[in-house]
Formats: sequence, structure tokens, C-alpha cells
Amino acid sequence: MADNRPKKHQEDDAMNGSKLIVPKKPGLSRRKAIKLMGAGAAAGLAAGPGFVRYAQAQSSEPIRIGFQVHRTGIGAAYGRWYERTTTAAAALINEQGGINGRKVEIIAEDDGTDPGRGAEVVEKFATQHKCDVGFGTLFSHVVMGSAPRAGELKLPYYVVSEGHHVASTGLNRYTFQPGITDVKSQVIAMAPWIAKNVGKKVCMIYPDFAFGHDHRDYFSAAIKAQGGDVNALIPIPPTESSFTRYFPQIPADTEVIYHVMVGPAVLTFVKELGEHFGSSHPALFGFIDSLEAVDLKSPGLEFLEGSYLWEAYPRFAGASPKPHDTFYREKVGVDANGASVSDAADISTFSHMFGCWETLFILKRAMESAGYQGPADKAKLIEATEAMTSFAEGNEHPQGDKQFNGKIHQCFGHQNITQVKSGVAEVVYRTTIEEGLYEPEGDYTKMAL
Amino acid sequence: MFLHLAVIAALFLAQFAASEYIVLMLTRIMVLAIFAIGYNLLFGYTGLLSLGHAMFFATGLYAAALGTTLMGLTVPAAFAFAVLAGLAVSLVMGVITLRASGVAFMIVTLMFSQAAFLTVLYFGEYTRGDEGIVIPDTIRKFAFLGFDVDLANAVLRYNLALAFLGCAIAFSLLIVRSRIGHILIAIRENETRTSMLGYDVQRYKLAAFVMSGTLSAFSGACYALMFAYAGSTLASIQYSIHPLLWTLLGGASTVLGPVLGTGLMFVLVDLASSYTNANLLMIGVVLILLVLFFPKGILGTIRERYWKWLP
Repeated sequence: MADNRPKKHQEDDAMNGSKLIVPKKPGLSRRKAIKLMGAGAAAGLAAGPGFVRYAQAQSSEPIRIGFQVHRTGIGAAYGRWYERTTTAAAALINEQGGINGRKVEIIAEDDGTDPGRGAEVVEKFATQHKCDVGFGTLFSHVVMGSAPRAGELKLPYYVVSEGHHVASTGLNRYTFQPGITDVKSQVIAMAPWIAKNVGKKVCMIYPDFAFGHDHRDYFSAAIKAQGGDVNALIPIPPTESSFTRYFPQIPADTEVIYHVMVGPAVLTFVKELGEHFGSSHPALFGFIDSLEAVDLKSPGLEFLEGSYLWEAYPRFAGASPKPHDTFYREKVGVDANGASVSDAADISTFSHMFGCWETLFILKRAMESAGYQGPADKAKLIEATEAMTSFAEGNEHPQGDKQFNGKIHQCFGHQNITQVKSGVAEVVYRTTIEEGLYEPEGDYTKMAL
Repeated sequence: MFLHLAVIAALFLAQFAASEYIVLMLTRIMVLAIFAIGYNLLFGYTGLLSLGHAMFFATGLYAAALGTTLMGLTVPAAFAFAVLAGLAVSLVMGVITLRASGVAFMIVTLMFSQAAFLTVLYFGEYTRGDEGIVIPDTIRKFAFLGFDVDLANAVLRYNLALAFLGCAIAFSLLIVRSRIGHILIAIRENETRTSMLGYDVQRYKLAAFVMSGTLSAFSGACYALMFAYAGSTLASIQYSIHPLLWTLLGGASTVLGPVLGTGLMFVLVDLASSYTNANLLMIGVVLILLVLFFPKGILGTIRERYWKWLP
């Protein structure tokens, strides 16, 4: 057997009169592995999207829409459906000839539902992918972390988040929310119906972080304005996994339990609430946010039977859906029960994802109105979006018609109150747009572009 | 010393050669590398593995964000306030947590950090909890020593981050080469023997803890003021794990290791997320390979094999 060891070792062995038998090293040597890793990294850099490309003239390029998607992290279930909806809307826009004769290209990047990574993704859209706009962010903390970067880099940023952050005018002129209503508008719109039809003594159970605090503050004020009263506020810490110990805090004279729990603990929450009350209990009013991507017929949710839900866009199409509702469901691949047409167990986030669809069509309209040709026209795009006032119900706006307030970059629309009957949520009331209007808190149009 | 100056010079020159995106990424890396350098003083040189450094990062982050938005501080004053807050919090935490050692120290620091995270959520009225605080651009524009400073200016921000990183490297180098640094390393290598030699080990460990916590808080303040955002995610446990990973990757107990580790991890995350949703899996595989082939981190292994002089 040949001795492949260094010559010095062979000489040492010869001098000592001994000969060690050294087994041949199997597999990858350290040197080879390092070389391979180096080559891999170099290849990655060369082929990686954006590291060396993206320097061509914009006018001949498609319209690039940077889609900040929650593919991983706590928002992944929403992200999956946001992506499907966005892909379907972009395909339809391209079928119709694109925007200003240019094709739409969706450049999706996972932000991990993390505000730090979200900010980096926005920077990547603006400076590496040379996107025309950023789009599609849902979770409020990611919007808050990303919006300052979008404003600074002058990247028009169209979020689909539902938070009040845009309408509060605390962000910047480049950030819009034209395709979905905000939580303040939603609770203001529903409070009168709740006070009139369900009850006036309301006990609120909500997650003890910003999303829950928004509900607490805006709904408390709205129900008081209707002559109602919040008789108890029960914040639940975000780390909580069992809720039984909170339920004794619900006052005996409660007429309505308003719950807005989110995340995977919602099934436990509903189950334990049912175990606590049994068959006799106050009326329940909850937000579908808790139950997006969850089958209402899931074991443990029986307690929701007869309860009321807020839905921006009803998951169940009902007996006589409108043609544009059917059109939208077909394009996105959702059946009449709000589930994927290819997998009935894959429930959509129906009450939120329409925002992506509608926002893309608003963007198309704004770009066409501005005669948008490239990044040099970004200021025109901002002004064109701000100049919009209404969107008509139809294939482009299947959830319903909307009003848009350019000063606060926020749309206002109809809300739906549904009731769970045999595991199906049926619409019992649809608010008017006017019921959800409130006084603007500022004016983005006064900010410099 | 020459190597460290060369790294600073290379980073300075990078802004003229690199793309806009790389410049933005490097800015973020430099700010967070200060956090890693702070962590390394405690972990790499003193041998104390903290799982609670997000607490110090968040202290600086929120001191700067709340200082500017609620208390009306100017940006320079907010930096000073954040450093003082970091110093105070790390001093108190050091006095408490250093009563434990080994695994108990890790657990205690983790618990305090988690308590700090929940405190941020509890005082949501001020911190806006998970949603966080956006620092308006108007606050980030200020006059300093006769100059108009705008932290939204990418070039200025890059050079400011570079200057801060340069100071952090110089500070780390100074400590490591000083008598204190030698004693910290002695504590790491054999605490009992160091104590038997007559050194007040507890006092030196506390000094390392405070220096580490204060640098971390300074990094948090830089992050908030330069990127205009503070949120509870940045106080969560992952921000205790990040500096540990960055330091291990680059090389613990080397001055430049944390800088290299932070940069590499950013590039890895960025590249991996361009190709797959399983980017964390990819990063995990790369980390396993690095641990196999560079068990002391990249610069630590290089020092062991080739550059014995590397501090």
C-alpha cells in the first residue's frame, strides 16, 4: 500500500524503524470542502437575483412590484394566501395587457414576518431589484419597521395590513393602504349594530399587545357613543396558552363577550370558553382574524355556533353570490366555502387576502392615471393615488365599493357581520361605508415628496 | 492593529465601489457588529455565556426611541441617554446575575431578558408593544457642532456607523490588550487560579458585564435612530441568540471575529432567502459545516493555525 503521508513523517518513521499504518481518510477532505463552499458561494453570488444584474433601462422592463410576503414566521398562513391572490391578480392584469403596455412582474421576498428583515427586504426592493413599488405587507409590526425605509428610499409602498398605522398619519407620504379598511373604521362601523341587536354591556377579551389595544381603545369609544358600556377589559398576555383562569373575571351582567384572540391558541380559547359557560352564556362577537385559515367546523369550535363574527369579505359565498364574487373566487382558486378548490381542508384567509387583489388593481389605475413610465414618475404616482376618491364594486373590487381618502392614504368600505349556523357563517348585516367613516387625524399631502 | 485599520479602511472604500443595496446592508451590519463586539467582551474574553443580551440592546433601542419621541431629546442627547441607561441596567443586572455561574448564569440572564421583553409589551401605551415606534424624520434631522445632520442620508449614516464601529473595535482592542483584558482572559481560562492569585474576580466580571451591556445598548440606540424604528421583536429572545451566533461564526475572543460573523450571517440570510423558504435550514447546514471545519469560528481557527498574533 502506498504511503501518502508527508515525506517528513515517512522519514521519521524510517528513522525510528517503525511504520504506522494510516487509514486513508474517507469522504470529503477539509480543503476540498472549503473549496466547494467557496465555489458554491461564488456561484450563488453570480446567479443570485440582483447581485450583479438589474442595471437595464427601466422603460423596456416590466413594472416590478416588490411583494413583501410572510412566507415564514407567525404570518405564514396569511402569506400563503396573499401570495396566491397576488399571483392571480398579476396574471389577470397581464392578460388584460399589463400596466401602460408593460407587463407586471411580481418579485416576492420572504420577510419572515419580522420587522427587522422586513426593513431589509424593502431596501432590497428599492436598491437591488429596482422595484417600482413595494406591496403586500400584512402584519402591523412589519409595516411599522419597513415604512420608514420605504419613505426614506422613496419607494411607493402599498400595504394590505388592516392596522390603523397608515390612517393615523404617523408614517410617511410613500405609504398607502388603499385596498383594505383599518381596524378603527371596522369597529366604529359595527358598534351601532352590536349595541342595537346583541347587547350594550360588553366584556372585551383581547391580546395584550398593540393589535388588541387598538380594539380596546376604538371599540370602547364606539360602544360608549352608542349608549353602551364596556363592563370589563380582560387583556391576555401573548405568552398565554390556557385561558380558563381569566373567565371568572367576566362580569355576571355581561350581555356580549367581544373576543379578538389571534394565533394558534384560538382553538383552546374557544374550547375553554365553552367549558366555562356550558349551554347558558352571553352572546359572542368575535373577529374572523382569529379564525382565518381555520375551518369553522373544527373540533372544539362548536361553542361558536350562533355567535357573531366580523368579516371584511364573507368566507361563505351564500346561496346567490354576485358574479364578481364568483369570478374572483375562480381566479384565486377558492370554492364557495372559502377553501382551496384543490384541497377542501386548506381554508383561505378570505377576509384579508382580497386586499392584495384590489390593491393591485388600484395600483394599475393609479399608474395609468399618472402615465407612469419608470422610477422618475414616482412622485406622479403618489399624487395620482392621493387623487383617487372611490372604487366601484366589480371584478377589480369584489369585496365591494370603497371610498378613498387621499389625505390619510386609507380606504373605507363595507363591513359584514355574519352569524355561525351549522358551522357556516351567514351574513346578517352589511354596514354602509358611511358607518365606518371618521375624522382624518392628519394630512399626508402636506408632506414633501 | 494594522489588520484592524485595514478593515476600517476597506469598509470606508466599500461605499465608493459597492452597490447602493450593499452599502445599506453594510450600514446595518456595522451597527449590529457593535452589538456582537459588546457580546464578545463577555462571552469570548471573559467566558460568560449570556442568553439575555437582547435586554441591553432593547435598553438602548427604547431609550433612544422613547427619549426622542416622548421626552423630546435631541439625537445626540438620546445617544448619551441610551448609553447611560445601558450602563445602569447592565450594572444592576450584573450585580444580580453574576451571583450565578455556568448554566445557572445562562438561565438567569435568559429569564431577565424575557422579563424585559414582556415589560416592553406591558407598557404598550408608551412602547406600542409589538407594533413598535416609528421615529419621525423631523427628529432625525438635527444640528451638531455647527453641522446639519440628517440620519436619513445614506452616505452620512454609513460613515457614522463606520465611525462608531471603528470606536467599538478600538475600545475592544484597548481592553483586550490592557491589564484588565489579560485578567478577563485569565478568569475565562481558570477562575479559581485567578482568584487565588489575589484578583477580585467578581469585580472584573462585573466590569466586563457592564462594558458588554453598555456597548450592546449603544448598538440598540444606533439601530433605532438610524433606521427609525423600535419594536418588541428587537427585544425578543432571537436578539439574544443573534450575537452569540455571530460571535461563534466569526470567532469568539478575536476582536474582528464578531464583525466578520455578523457580516457573513447577513449575507447568508440574504442569499438563502432569495432561493428558498427553508433559508434557516440552509443557514443551519452552513453553520454545522463551519463548526466542523472551523470549530473556533473563522478567525479563531485562522489564529490557531496561522496568525498566532491575532488579538
